[in-house]
Amino acid sequence: MSQMAVQEAPSAAAPKADAPVRIGVKNLDFYYGGFHALKDVNMNFGDREVTALIGPSGCGKSTLLRIFNRIYSLYPEQRATGEVMLDGRNILSPNIDINELRARIGMVFQKPTPFPMSIYDNCAFGMRLYEKLSKSELDDRVEQALRKAALWDEVKDKLKQSGMGLSGGQQQRMCIARTIAQQPDVILFDEPTSALDPISTGKIEELIEQLRADFTIVIVTHNMQQAARISQYTAFMYLGELIEFGPTTKIFMNPDQKRTLDYVTGRFG
Amino acid sequence: MTDHISRTYDQELDGLRRLVAEMGGLGERMLADATTALLREDAKRAQSVIATDPRLDELQRKIEDNAVLMLMRRQPVANDLREVMASIRIANDLERIGDLAKNIAKRSLKMQGHMLSGSAMGGIEALSRLAQAQLKDVLDAYAQSNEKGAIDVWTRDGQIDALENALFRELLTYMMEDPRNITFCTHLLFCAKNIERLGDHTTNIAETVHYLVTGKSLPGDRPKGDSPSDLNN
Repeated sequence: MSQMAVQEAPSAAAPKADAPVRIGVKNLDFYYGGFHALKDVNMNFGDREVTALIGPSGCGKSTLLRIFNRIYSLYPEQRATGEVMLDGRNILSPNIDINELRARIGMVFQKPTPFPMSIYDNCAFGMRLYEKLSKSELDDRVEQALRKAALWDEVKDKLKQSGMGLSGGQQQRMCIARTIAQQPDVILFDEPTSALDPISTGKIEELIEQLRADFTIVIVTHNMQQAARISQYTAFMYLGELIEFGPTTKIFMNPDQKRTLDYVTGRFG
Repeated sequence: MTDHISRTYDQELDGLRRLVAEMGGLGERMLADATTALLREDAKRAQSVIATDPRLDELQRKIEDNAVLMLMRRQPVANDLREVMASIRIANDLERIGDLAKNIAKRSLKMQGHMLSGSAMGGIEALSRLAQAQLKDVLDAYAQSNEKGAIDVWTRDGQIDALENALFRELLTYMMEDPRNITFCTHLLFCAKNIERLGDHTTNIAETVHYLVTGKSLPGDRPKGDSPSDLNN
């Protein structure tokens, strides 16, 4: 099988052109000090689509995700070159207001990150930082966010209780609610279910499918089946290069690149 | 059945069932219309059966495409896996049923003006009615996930074989009586054979429904009547 005559193409996949673009990545390189972690990545993320980033450990998928909300800016030895355009502005530019950027591009991490405060305060945290809202507006936004995160029915009677007391799956949905409450344009998920049991994983996956109606979603996952289940587009990365990017059905049923084929069929990785 | 956590998954499974049901309805109608076209020398109806076949083919392709996508996206297991596999198998049998009905309709056009009166036509009508009843029952068994209904259909297939055998002998007699009947009777024999094979596909569907509901296969040797192709008969 590994001898199959599948054409190798240049490393940079052509950006897709059939959906409105929310994030446009052009000639993106990233360095951890002297280590060249992303190499000339070019791709477009469609508006209100779920795009999955897959690839073996160290391929650069989490690095790419973390560039989108400039987490790397916390570390002086890390730097990115190229362009990442969000609504006509390059978010890599030093002039970008990082706080505003992070309000527009929310992130959910591998392990739930509840703050040591009530469920309500966890959800209202971002809004209190960046917006001046009345109590009733705040209440409405918290409820809306918890409903969208499919958690409202489970916590509506204990909003004042600590968020730390929820189960792992509930904590993760609370973190999603906290992100949604800020009304971002884009939500980044960094392996959001890798620490959860199958039922909680199913709920988060269902939630991501629902959230797609309102948000552009980028998800990094080690679980290829998860990528197949919930994404419309999939990018396969390997050793810092974007090997192939296209509709998820194409990537998992008939990829163009031999390395993609070998990876998704479990022949390497 | 309890819903999945993913509503889309449920919708996809429902969608597969609806497509199979639509194919089943078309297949039933094609067989009924092809038989009527044959008995009444109704060329318009025969043409309509022929024109319906591409829709059946299209539905089969759609079911296959959707089923493959579900295998890729959902990695179904247990009853869900059987559901997806069953939809592919049943769609295949229904597509063949459509082809056989279309063949009867095509032959009916060639046979017009040379109709043989008498019990031969009654025999083909009875054979078709039996096959139609079997097809309806198996589609009901599928829709209701009814294991017993599937076994009933599977057991009754011998009746179609027996009726076809009787018709074969009758047509042989007509041919021996008057060689001018040979062309017509040969066409009619092929029509009878088509209906008998259609019955076999219906039996396949019954086996698939049984597997879908119980997870177990029916035994390989189902009850069969005499075959006219057995030269020792």
